[in-house]
Amino acid sequence: MTAVIEMPEVATTTTAETVASLLGVTKRYVNGVVALDGLSLSLRRGEIVALLGPNGAGKSTAVKLMMGLSAPTSGSVGIFGGDPRDTATRLRTGVMLQVGKAPEMLRVREHINIFRGYYPNPMPYAEIVKAAGLEGIESRFFGELSGGQKQRTLFGLALAGDPDLIFLDEPTVGLDIEARRGMWTQIRSLAARGKTVLLTTHYLEEADALAHRIIVINKGKVVCEGTPAEVKSMGSGAMTPGSNSPQQALKIIRCATTLTAQHLEAMSGVTRVELIGTLTSITSSQPEATLREMLALDEQLHSLEVQSPLLEDAFLALTSNNS
Amino acid sequence: MSTASIALAPTSTGGFSRDLRIFANEIRYEFLRALRTRAFSLATIGFPAMFYILFGLLMNRGESLNGVLVAKYLLGGYAVFGSLGASIFGIGIGVSMDLSAGWLELKRASPMPPLAYVLSKCCMAIGFSVIIVSVLTLLGISFGHVHLTLGEFGTIAGLAAAGAIPFSCLGLVLAFTVPPSSAGGIANLVYLPMSFCSGLWVPLRFLPHAIQVIAPITPTYHLAQLMYASLGATAPGTVLNHCLSLLGFTLIMIGIAWIAFRRREQNS
Repeated sequence: MTAVIEMPEVATTTTAETVASLLGVTKRYVNGVVALDGLSLSLRRGEIVALLGPNGAGKSTAVKLMMGLSAPTSGSVGIFGGDPRDTATRLRTGVMLQVGKAPEMLRVREHINIFRGYYPNPMPYAEIVKAAGLEGIESRFFGELSGGQKQRTLFGLALAGDPDLIFLDEPTVGLDIEARRGMWTQIRSLAARGKTVLLTTHYLEEADALAHRIIVINKGKVVCEGTPAEVKSMGSGAMTPGSNSPQQALKIIRCATTLTAQHLEAMSGVTRVELIGTLTSITSSQPEATLREMLALDEQLHSLEVQSPLLEDAFLALTSNNS
Repeated sequence: MSTASIALAPTSTGGFSRDLRIFANEIRYEFLRALRTRAFSLATIGFPAMFYILFGLLMNRGESLNGVLVAKYLLGGYAVFGSLGASIFGIGIGVSMDLSAGWLELKRASPMPPLAYVLSKCCMAIGFSVIIVSVLTLLGISFGHVHLTLGEFGTIAGLAAAGAIPFSCLGLVLAFTVPPSSAGGIANLVYLPMSFCSGLWVPLRFLPHAIQVIAPITPTYHLAQLMYASLGATAPGTVLNHCLSLLGFTLIMIGIAWIAFRRREQNS
């Protein structure tokens, strides 16, 4: 189920040096759960890559492996050509994780300076404050900050070492629109300075606005990969992922029907069935055939509506449990 | 000291002096953080002080036990109690919270030497142990007619500081094995019964026989005997015996903590 689209700017992107790569990485936890299943991806110098996927897709596991917080069951992880667990590697990476609580009784300034102390050539303090938008809250205790201010402080910590590779796990969660756009600007300027950024996100809009390249993963595998425009066109019905017939468009059929979800899911072309109130929403790659079958089976079917999927729906369709 | 480090800096790759600087910084801020966290600092210093005032100073005034004043004897017990509290709550609850919040993960992903995290927390517990001993000693001298030589004070302060090491390891075991939601409750279930059963609050000879039998299982019992002996009271067992018991306990705790940590790492 992997559909990798040819990149139009192949010439410009593949010549840049690879700074991080996962090669055929499988991660199986002790409890038997396979979080990553032969995943390969690479990050090149100066690009912003968005790792997109639903909860449990393996995004966080992929990031953890690249940060050297856990080891792959098989396959290899290379960061700057070295082991992610080496201090030499860690000196060149910065990380922003979803942290519920940092030590609350330390001031923002103190947190920043502790992290700056880990690196021989940290980013100047004033520059971090400016980049992360921490002016005015430097003397506050972490515990006193709002959710957005905490996020910005954690972003500041990721920048502390002036790293060449930055991992941002859901960086804009809890930020208002203005703060989110501010952080986007900062992320773009990092890439413009030759830094590589990998961000995971739930927001398609964010991936669309920021990323040079989007990698959609689900169930530990790459579902598709390409520029935002490519991924959008792919998901929004230009073609069915994995299918060889691009003419088949994904459509969403909404209607009131007596047919059960299990029955509908078994029909050919149906990728997703969802109950919304009294209506049933069916995503199908062969909408005409699906409709014909449904109409034949259910004479009471009414309130019928057929639409092209929205961006969000397309993303859901790409990552839903089909295949 | 400063000349040595200047001479060292250009020759070394910066690895050792860098680590040392990070360690010092981490310890400084960990101590500051703990002091500012009132719920922690007031409770860990206040509890032993309050208990000592009640049982050591207000009750049994002027009486003697095992050759010394009760107020002096119990000073040793409550110093151990204080060290245990600072360690169990500082390390046990502290690491447990950092672990559940994902903060420990962020620290591990940074170039910080991993040991700096644990050592800074341990040093914090040591620092608090010394503060608690000093507060108790001041209370004893001021209100309990306790006479203490400087050497005796130095010894019990040193013992309280050293005791924070095995107790910190116990704290680590708690942090890595107990779910964060119940860590506070479990910590109290270890802290209070262990203190009572090893005779820190009320001397063992006044406790039921069954408790006197199980007391030597606890690390607090062995540290307390060292305290009593250094305060001039008669105490059972030899110094070597007590030290080996504490060392054994420390190694077992480190072993369990290491296994629990590895297991957690593989499952996370």
